[in-house]
Amino acid sequence: MDTLGYLAHGFAVAFTPTNLLWCLLGTTLGTAIGVLPGLGPALTIALLLPITYQVAPEASFILFAGIYYGAMYGGSTTSILLNTPGESATIVTALEGNRMARSGRGGAALATSAIGSFVAGTIGTLGVAFLAPIVVKFALAFGPAEYFSLMVLAFITVSAVLGSSSVRGLTSLFVGFVIGMIGVDLQTGQPRFTFGMGELLDGVDVIVVAVGLFAVGETLYMASRRYAGKDEIVPLKGSLYMTAAEWARSWKPWLRGAAIGFPIGAMPAGGAEIPTFLSYAIEKKLSRHKEEFGTVGAIEGVAGPEAANNASAAGVLVPMLTLGLPTSATAAIMLSAFQSYGINPGPLLLTTQANLVWGLIASLFIANVILVILNLPLIGLWVRLLKIPAPQLYAGILVFATVGTYGISQSPIDLVILYLLGAAGFLMRRFDFPTAPVIIGMILGPLAETQFRRAMTIANGDWTVFYRHPLSLTLLSLALIGLVGPHIWAWIEHRRTRGPEHVPGDA
Amino acid sequence: MSTSDQQASPPRLGVPELLIGVGLLACAGAVAWQTLAIPVSPLYSKVGPRVFPYITMAGMIVLSLLLIVAALRGGWQPEEEKETPTDWKAMGLVVAGLVANLLLIQPLGFTVASVVMFVLVCFGFGSRHPLRDALLGLVLALAAYFGFARALGVNIGAGLIENQLNVLINAVLGIGKG
Repeated sequence: MDTLGYLAHGFAVAFTPTNLLWCLLGTTLGTAIGVLPGLGPALTIALLLPITYQVAPEASFILFAGIYYGAMYGGSTTSILLNTPGESATIVTALEGNRMARSGRGGAALATSAIGSFVAGTIGTLGVAFLAPIVVKFALAFGPAEYFSLMVLAFITVSAVLGSSSVRGLTSLFVGFVIGMIGVDLQTGQPRFTFGMGELLDGVDVIVVAVGLFAVGETLYMASRRYAGKDEIVPLKGSLYMTAAEWARSWKPWLRGAAIGFPIGAMPAGGAEIPTFLSYAIEKKLSRHKEEFGTVGAIEGVAGPEAANNASAAGVLVPMLTLGLPTSATAAIMLSAFQSYGINPGPLLLTTQANLVWGLIASLFIANVILVILNLPLIGLWVRLLKIPAPQLYAGILVFATVGTYGISQSPIDLVILYLLGAAGFLMRRFDFPTAPVIIGMILGPLAETQFRRAMTIANGDWTVFYRHPLSLTLLSLALIGLVGPHIWAWIEHRRTRGPEHVPGDA
Repeated sequence: MSTSDQQASPPRLGVPELLIGVGLLACAGAVAWQTLAIPVSPLYSKVGPRVFPYITMAGMIVLSLLLIVAALRGGWQPEEEKETPTDWKAMGLVVAGLVANLLLIQPLGFTVASVVMFVLVCFGFGSRHPLRDALLGLVLALAAYFGFARALGVNIGAGLIENQLNVLINAVLGIGKG
């Protein structure tokens, strides 16, 4: 079967009444948590992981994918009306979107962001459907050494290249490695990092880590920052329908944003920050209304980054489904859901789990349609959600954090670990350490170790296997360039600009 | 004269950043200790369960030294973070709520523990209506309990309230079916 045939089959799976209901539930929940500050798709999917014991894989992945896409739509609403980006990917949307809302054009900003998300999300999902089979053909040539090198590349790009500091990003990643190693070593049966505690033999559940870092850590941080200035909700003014001029100014940024977002998301680097910032810079340069940027708010500055954000969110699914390589915290938690079903995402997934994968992709198209309806005519509902006062919101988040954690094994030890991770999450948030690499390191670290040991066993303990294979060598070289390159470049820049400033003898 | 002296003075030491660096170094030490505790069979000498932990430990040592260097050069905190004072009272109340939850969840059950935590956290965040918050917390905790316990099949610690309600619900369902 070709891609279209598979896709038709996928729609047959997704269009069953129950799966449509899961999709509706996921998109609604996703929009809600996207709108609410302090809640994100990674945390929500982690809390819902127990559902994998109850329902078929298709149903839970359609639910998770709906949450994933929905959070992107909902996040932009918060950025535009509250100026508090709900997700790191919507920081750029807040730049122009909030200014538009303040100058009375909030309706148009919300409309261009929702329709742009729909356009780019649909293009991105088409990209997943057509690119995934191609990547699979390529990935079938991968041996354990290549997989390990690819994971090293992903580790470097996720933690060192993105974000404000490579040292802090890598620190988060290594903390994730340590958490991932806790428990019984699957190959030899030896307990590792258990500190002699029987409770740790099964390892630390990803639910506890995600909830600790994202829910408890975030709540502590918000409590500690009460003296910081508060953002006010800008009342929604203006029609939700864009004028002809606004359509004319929006459609090109949507397409450009999708063209930037999808490829960057699909690379084993992931992250929505780079494509959104890139799209913003390009739109600012190309716009004929430069005077609106940073003053009353330019619609191009909302349309482009929002499209880039959603297209890259779709792109992230390509390495996740074809290589089992998650490049965002949400994707890493979805990977652990696959593991919970005993499914190993990788090149064989598209054929062995055709129902699941193509049903999932088809449901993403449906999710986009539902989301644009949920987020335009029903926008008033979500604005009301923004008015939930902070005390009750954060207290409620902690109640759900307890449910998710204590429900795993009714062990107070889990709560103690949760609070320790919450304290770590607070410190990380306060001192600007990224949290996503912890989750990625924890999920992907053990997989990288397995591939590493497999490669070494095949090569009879010969370390050179990683650079004797040309593909593996290429991937490792790219990782090295990613790690060292920016520093060398910064150093050269520094040397060049430094010269005249430091001329001695200021007298 | 004094102004030029100030310009030449080295950047101030970032104390919290230094503590983080040292803390990470201590974690690397703990990793080393636990790695040495992993039993290794001599038959399995090629790539045993210790190799990855050692690589991780080495990475953590390098990273913690880099963090310490950055701290000695003045730290990396953005100015706005430094300038906003930490609200210790609010944080303390949130922590008190978490600890209360931990201590009460086994003896009294999930709902009671959650309500106590809910009220304390709300108070910490500045809400001054403890009774209303308690009621809200009760509704939310029961919704969460029955949502998860009944719909998702997750077992959360049941206390007096949950057991009574479970008996009630089963009775109602039984009558409905009968």
